[in-house]
Amino acid sequence: MSTTTPYVSTTNACKLCTPLGACMAFKGIEGAVPFLHGSQGCATYMRRYIISHFREPVDIASSALGEKHAVYGGGPNLKKGILNVMQKYGAKLVGVATTCLTETIGDDVPMIVEEFRKEFGDLDLPEIVSVSTPSFAGTHMEGFHAAVRAVAEQLAGESVPHHGGLNLFPGMVSPADTRHLRDICDDHGLAACILPDVSETLDGPALLDYERIPSGGTPLADIKAMPGAAASIEFGHSLPGRRTAGTFLKKTHGVPCFQLPLPIGLRGSDAFFAALGEISGKEPHPRHERDRGRLVDAFVDGHKYIFGKRAVVYGEEDLVAGLVEFLSEIGVHVVLAATGSEKTGLPSSIRKTCDELGLKMPEVREGADFHEIAELAEQLEPDLVVGHSKGYRSARKWNVPLVRVGFPIHDRFGGQRLRILGYQGAQELFDRIVNAVLEKNQSDSPVGYGYL
Amino acid sequence: MTTSIFEERKDQIHRTGQGPFELACNRDSLAGAVSQRACVFCGSRVVLYPIADALHLVHGPIGCAAYTWDIRGALSSGPELHRLSFSTDLREKDVIFGGEPKLTAALDELIDRHQPKAAFVYSTCIVGLIGDDLKAVCKSMSEKKGIPVLPVQSEGFKGNKREGYLAACKAMFELVGTKDDPEIPPVSVNIFGDFNLAGEIWIIREYLERMGVSVIANVTGDGRVDDIRRCHGAALNLVQCSGATLDLAKMMEEKYGIPYLRVSYLGVEDMAQALYDVADHFADKDPDIVARTGALVREELANLLPELKKLRADLEGKRAAIYVGGAFKAFSLIKAFRHLGMRVCIVGSQTGTREDYEELAAITDPGTIIVDDANPLELSAFIKEKDVDVFVGGVKERPIAFKLGVGFCDHNHERKIALEGFVGMLNFAREIHASAMSPVWRFVPRRAKALCNAPKEAGA
Ligand code: SF4
Ligand code: SF4
Repeated sequence: MSTTTPYVSTTNACKLCTPLGACMAFKGIEGAVPFLHGSQGCATYMRRYIISHFREPVDIASSALGEKHAVYGGGPNLKKGILNVMQKYGAKLVGVATTCLTETIGDDVPMIVEEFRKEFGDLDLPEIVSVSTPSFAGTHMEGFHAAVRAVAEQLAGESVPHHGGLNLFPGMVSPADTRHLRDICDDHGLAACILPDVSETLDGPALLDYERIPSGGTPLADIKAMPGAAASIEFGHSLPGRRTAGTFLKKTHGVPCFQLPLPIGLRGSDAFFAALGEISGKEPHPRHERDRGRLVDAFVDGHKYIFGKRAVVYGEEDLVAGLVEFLSEIGVHVVLAATGSEKTGLPSSIRKTCDELGLKMPEVREGADFHEIAELAEQLEPDLVVGHSKGYRSARKWNVPLVRVGFPIHDRFGGQRLRILGYQGAQELFDRIVNAVLEKNQSDSPVGYGYL
Repeated sequence: MTTSIFEERKDQIHRTGQGPFELACNRDSLAGAVSQRACVFCGSRVVLYPIADALHLVHGPIGCAAYTWDIRGALSSGPELHRLSFSTDLREKDVIFGGEPKLTAALDELIDRHQPKAAFVYSTCIVGLIGDDLKAVCKSMSEKKGIPVLPVQSEGFKGNKREGYLAACKAMFELVGTKDDPEIPPVSVNIFGDFNLAGEIWIIREYLERMGVSVIANVTGDGRVDDIRRCHGAALNLVQCSGATLDLAKMMEEKYGIPYLRVSYLGVEDMAQALYDVADHFADKDPDIVARTGALVREELANLLPELKKLRADLEGKRAAIYVGGAFKAFSLIKAFRHLGMRVCIVGSQTGTREDYEELAAITDPGTIIVDDANPLELSAFIKEKDVDVFVGGVKERPIAFKLGVGFCDHNHERKIALEGFVGMLNFAREIHASAMSPVWRFVPRRAKALCNAPKEAGA
């Protein structure tokens, strides 16, 4: 075991704050405007952050609290803000997430929302979903899952007829991956309610008009009908044992819930396809079988270039767990897996992967920042870094390639179009990893190769 | 169809020439309006962060620090401590029992680890609420470590960016005058309010050096703590930008009797004017300086103007919109666009003052929209109304322009291309040219529709 001295300060965080995750979840719902109950700065910073990844308009409203609200409570501004959003944006859903400020002053948002509904009951009110997201008690991933659960809890209908569809909670995945997941479900004849569905809202077309709220997103009617589904699938290693949208629907409405890892890599995708087969009772379209075959073929073609390469992986817990599985499958030796979140179950899920494939356990760190990641990695001498843009400085320092995956990707183009899920996503990721290694070999070589 | 303008915000929008000038500004942002503004903390961070050999510790929960990690283009010619993001990452326990012990421990280890020349400790919203005594912690840390540890009272909710500028200036003022340097020459300046985005301060310093002016401190781009400590020895402060460091210049004028000049390095006239003003200021100490400066400007213009002329040929008659943080920058941009033969039809800022907007109303063409603290709905409606070709703004404005099929030029703290100085004007012109002239605009719905309609209209 490598050692680092424990310290209290955080340097270059490997996480973001809780309400950002909630905003990302709300962004994937039809007609939704995310709304932060707090001071203006938080909303603006998050917008800026999300915009530079997706290059799409990201309107996040704020109750824009000032000093006097901090003292006397933010209720009046929250109500006024919801009213403004509803009248100007024509929001069908306002997703209210708290910030550190309003959590600390103790605003009771569900109560304020109730008052709001009573006060303005004569108007055509949007759905209002509220979620508590203090950043001092979690990361953006917690905020994301909490918002998805809040949407399910607060919107799912009471007596919904059985419709045999599928509820799919994909986690924080790219628009391109979301589109791919929908295609896969379609190919199984399953009408999927994907929540959230950012495929269009965070990756939209050029338009004639500025859309106040981008089209697309999970239809509200589908969300209300979730209790009538044949089953739910939710992705994420960190989910088992937690209160999630899927477990809520199971407990309250008896919808069977499959908790699966993110389908990254061969076995992760196999598990997803198996679940879909079980739920639909149908064989997948033969094209997926062929995709799978091509992927294995590529594994064989590329194995030698990457076997034994030492990789550092970081990011959100669910993503990291999935990436470790995939890298382990293809013979890349993960030497460090790190996330900024705490108590995520990451160590045990990685242990499971290692046991199954007969591999040595890598260093695993929860609650890590980039100072710790860099300190550890320096002893571990990686050949490859896999994670979002924020590892660029370290990768550059070590002169090793960075394969960009996840959020945020601020220093490359097209982050929203990256696919890593399913056989096709695995194929794209595999190609990128092999090519990153080849490119490095090529540029390090004194002669330069024409053939590799 | 609802209009894009909030009733409450009507008086924050003005059209040049339509009635007497009256514009409300410096107000709190409207709840639910998706303001493009940030917070007090943001203002302080912008100003202080480029001081490259200081430790910048954000006392608060993680977001405030995470979102500001190296997001600016402020370059350093030496140390790069400013590019790291330090936070106390407050947790529930700290919120309940107070964050002072964690702050103390964090400062202790970070100062030991990085050996900075000074440390700035920024308070965020939550710190204001839980009532941590930042001053006391900083004071005892200063004594313990023997470096200045300066509290920056920048609780986000206590106003907008402007308050943050003031908080930053107050913190820096603590540093100024703490070290004397008898070697400072009589013809010397401090550069205030330039953040060395994409190395811009180096361009300005080079001009000043060619004129024979010594630069004592960069405040704050490529800044150094020791320079700020001795900068009260300079003869003149050059203050760029409307708000950021003006307060510091005023404090120094009052305490040390150092005069200041307000300047802008953007665009041809303003850049030249800035240099001439400096030359005039020192003319009695260095009689040749005016001639040297004239020669410098002529030489630069001889290179620049023919290049601009080529670009102007394409850009003549195109329309521009400007939405920036501070209004001062907008003045220079309007003039810069005139050089390119372009017309500015929308101009706004997050934090302009009444005087700023009055001046904008005075220098813009009739019908120009002037707006304070706008939001995406308004900006998109204005862009459509004026059918602009290029929008100048920051990252949050970019997708608004792009969605509507309008060219965009990044002119905020994140830019990576130097836009100041004569060479900066050329870069700016090239960027505007690339933004406006790309063939891609032919394919966006806005223009594609115009193309389809054209024959029909011609026939009608
Ligand atoms: S918490 Fe306060 S200081 Fe931090 S970003 Fe939000 S508004 Fe600004
Ligand atoms: S105050 Fe909390 S919610 Fe706001 S940016 Fe900071 S960490 Fe995030």
